[in-house]
Amino acid sequence: MVEIGIARRIGPLDLRIDLSLKRETVLLVGPNGAGKTTLLRLLLGVLSPDEGRIALDGLTLFDAGKGIDLAIEERELGYLPQDYALFPNLDVIGNVTFGLARLRRVDRVRRATDWLERFGVAHLSRRSPGALSGGERQRVALARALARSPRALLLDEPFASLDPVARRELRVSMGAWLRDWQLPALIVSHDPADAVLADRIAVVERGRVVQQGTLAELRGAAASRFVSGFTLEPDQ
Amino acid sequence: MKLHVASAWSAAQLAGSALLGLFLLFPLLGLFVTLSWDDFLGGLRNPLLGPALRLSLLTTATSLVFVVVLGSLFAWRVARNPGRLSRALETIAQLPAVIPPAVAGVGLLLAFGRRGLLGAWLDRHGIALAFTTPAVVMAEAFVSAPFFVQSAIAAFRRVDENLLVVARTLGASPFRTFLRVGLPLAAPGLVAGAAMSWARAVGEFGATLLFAGNLTGRTQTMPLAVYTAMESDLRAAQALSLILVTIAFALLFVLRRMAPGAPLPGTELRGG
Repeated sequence: MVEIGIARRIGPLDLRIDLSLKRETVLLVGPNGAGKTTLLRLLLGVLSPDEGRIALDGLTLFDAGKGIDLAIEERELGYLPQDYALFPNLDVIGNVTFGLARLRRVDRVRRATDWLERFGVAHLSRRSPGALSGGERQRVALARALARSPRALLLDEPFASLDPVARRELRVSMGAWLRDWQLPALIVSHDPADAVLADRIAVVERGRVVQQGTLAELRGAAASRFVSGFTLEPDQ
Repeated sequence: MKLHVASAWSAAQLAGSALLGLFLLFPLLGLFVTLSWDDFLGGLRNPLLGPALRLSLLTTATSLVFVVVLGSLFAWRVARNPGRLSRALETIAQLPAVIPPAVAGVGLLLAFGRRGLLGAWLDRHGIALAFTTPAVVMAEAFVSAPFFVQSAIAAFRRVDENLLVVARTLGASPFRTFLRVGLPLAAPGLVAGAAMSWARAVGEFGATLLFAGNLTGRTQTMPLAVYTAMESDLRAAQALSLILVTIAFALLFVLRRMAPGAPLPGTELRGG
């Protein structure tokens, strides 16, 4: 369970977000500059809110009132940036074991290999990230994030850097994985096609969550021009 | 007509390149071709050579370690925390590069000399820096630091922030993130900067002469030995110069092999 109730001003953006996620996938959509990426950075701990509170399964990540602001590495969040950010100086297995520093060396490799196998990329262990396709990179990055058993998952435009074919394939796989993991997952997206992944869509405009619901609910009662545009049937 | 202008432009580029290239190459050529083998061997036996070579290697190695360690911390701070303070720090680190070395020597003397700002206090505690071997190291570090720092800042800035954030989400502390992600990814730029900085330190003359003096075995580095030898024996000066040039080229070659992807030394200053 993720509970978010925070405010932060940055330049022209006045962000006030109230949002909670159970063990479900929420698609975060909105026009450019609405504050989606800023919200991710606030959740990750790269930025601090001016006020409010963020809690994750009873663990307080941030609480302005109590002066709590956990460091990024203490938040137990899995993060998948748009370009997947694999470390180019490490091979695939090195990328996955990076996050397992607390385990013994043998266990580290075993656990990393387990996760790579789950995503069907264990045979690429010794490859350098530069030699992988976009889809392979995404799988390795997911294995790397999940090997640490995060409490929640943040994905920033997970399919944006893929070609259309890989995008369709991975979207289907991702849907199955998300159902398997049963983790709270927040996906920032520009693509209405990603709605199939989500239990719920949250629309952010000018720093506020203006509407939430399933795709059908949003389509039935669009609260803004952006929502009606986003939920337009592909053949309309 | 257009073709005519184009070919004249091309010819001008060619002529300019040839002229400047020859001008830059000629002094090096002069060093190498005007010295007979016997004169070179004679120069090697010059009593100035041994102590000066040893001192130059020792002091530049020390100043390089000082500059690389402190400079890396400095550059990381500046590169990862943009803001007014970082801009001010960056400007401070560039100052020595635009100050004439002789002026740097006077400044060092007025800061750390016996009657200097800090030197007077040090003197009361029995610490004298001016005209000692540590003064040589300080002069070299002062003039060479900007070359490393500028290159390191540019290299650290090129490290994708997402990689650093992801490293932190994977449990790495800020220090481990610096060590395991920042340093390896910036390594080519750091090595190039270290090479450039070292080359500057080896060649350092003016600041050393004013702040450390020219005492054989204590503060007389290779460039000062060349200067001293010039007064009595041009051949010896030439032999010493050749050794200096050879060492510099050898080190540059090794560093380039260690970091094949590194930009050529100096290109960082332009980019940053």
